[in-house]
Amino acid sequence: MNLLVRELSKAFGGFHVLDRVSFSFETDGLLGIIGPNGAGKSTLFSVLSGFISADRGSILLGERAIDRLSPQERAQLGLVRTFQVPREFHHLTVRENLMAAAPHQPGERLIPLFLAPARVRAAERAVRERADEVIAFLRLEAVADLPAGRLSGGQKKLLELGRALLTEPRLVLLDEPFAGVNAVLVGEVIERIAALHARGIGFLIIEHDLGSLARLVPRLLVMDRGRVIAEGEPRAVLNDRAVRAAYLGQTTP
Amino acid sequence: MQYGLTGLINFGHVGFFAIGAFTSALLALAGLPTPLSLAAAAATSAIVAWPIGLVALRLREDYFAVVTLGFGETVRLIVTSERWLTNGVQGIPGIPRLFPADHGAAGAVATLLVLCICCLGGALVLQRLARSPFGRMIEAIRDNEDAVRALGKNPAAFKTRVLALGSALAGLAGGFYAHVITYLSPDQFTALVTFYVWMAMILGGVGRVSGAVLGALLLMAFLEGTRFVRDALPGLVSEVEMASVRLGAVGLALILFTLFRPQGLVGDYSRR
Repeated sequence: MNLLVRELSKAFGGFHVLDRVSFSFETDGLLGIIGPNGAGKSTLFSVLSGFISADRGSILLGERAIDRLSPQERAQLGLVRTFQVPREFHHLTVRENLMAAAPHQPGERLIPLFLAPARVRAAERAVRERADEVIAFLRLEAVADLPAGRLSGGQKKLLELGRALLTEPRLVLLDEPFAGVNAVLVGEVIERIAALHARGIGFLIIEHDLGSLARLVPRLLVMDRGRVIAEGEPRAVLNDRAVRAAYLGQTTP
Repeated sequence: MQYGLTGLINFGHVGFFAIGAFTSALLALAGLPTPLSLAAAAATSAIVAWPIGLVALRLREDYFAVVTLGFGETVRLIVTSERWLTNGVQGIPGIPRLFPADHGAAGAVATLLVLCICCLGGALVLQRLARSPFGRMIEAIRDNEDAVRALGKNPAAFKTRVLALGSALAGLAGGFYAHVITYLSPDQFTALVTFYVWMAMILGGVGRVSGAVLGALLLMAFLEGTRFVRDALPGLVSEVEMASVRLGAVGLALILFTLFRPQGLVGDYSRR
């Protein structure tokens, strides 16, 4: 399936945060999105995931225009985002955070909850198993029963990723997954993402840690001041004159 | 369940309570057996809550509080002005008791027993909800609604159900109130009733079913119990003044609780 973004524009006041952003992406691929602060990367994620509506432009997931769908409807189609600042359910434990993310739970509806308790218990056991798999996968065993509000910044980032995985996503939008994660763990997270990608899950990743990102993704998209200024293989892109100028703060001739 | 677990600020409890009271009273007076009129009271309150939830829950939570406050007041005004239905300010007298055949102590004891059983049943249902996947999801909504949306779940649908369920319980409570007091008039349904609910919850502990039960028990024991205090202190304060003194004492207790025990008597949801 293909995610096709065409001419997306968004302005806040007179300020163009997104300026005719277009790109195409196979939903089982890996794409890194880089750019200086304020380039519009997180806004792009918010528009793609439905939290902000674009002023102009269109988003197609496969054959389907998803522009007017709510965030939850997009997530149900498999397009799931994480947040730059982690939004854990801070009073729930890590395990409960993950379990809450699992789709199609009969126990979340009132009638089965009271009339089909056996079905609810069986579903709950299955969800718990899946949550425990993800806990093991992300090495969160030691904190599994702690309230998520007590985790470190890096652990919260992992929890965000874990919750996205529990939704059975097709394509995950990761907003700075390595920020605040210690260097050893970053290596592990990269391995984890690569492993998930091998299972057919696609990732769009915003990240400032270019070195780590270049190890993971075959393709980079560079944004500056709301525009896509370069796209391609990491090494070529990072040597691009316009990209260097954007990062070094020089104006392009 | 509404505030502690879901984070809904409902200032209109009295509206749902009043709808339940009048529904059950009018149906019982029309000849319906009280068990059925009570069920109808709960159902009517829930049905009224549903569209309010659909519309108002799109608003930010503080606006939801304002809308529900207005709703409670609207219900009271409707009850006051629709004389053909509710007899206006003169009220409805002679509402059948739960056990109309027995006016003596046995009837009162039986009524108390039924109320205790219903309270226990309601508490158990809420406890079951709180510990279920449904309860987990409403707590997730309280902690971060956007994250819930990002995971593909619709917070408004859960909140509407919570509102309808809570309203059904308030309606049932209103029905019982009507059959115990046997007389209804609009001035029994001021916003103060809503704030009794809030006081009880804050005293007991937010987000805990046991907190709500204990808080309500203590608050009502205090409010009703201190009615007799004046008789012990003759000539000191008048009946009317005493009512204010009692409310003032509750206010003082609330302030002290907020300062020294903000989690309430049994602790709140943040101390798991």
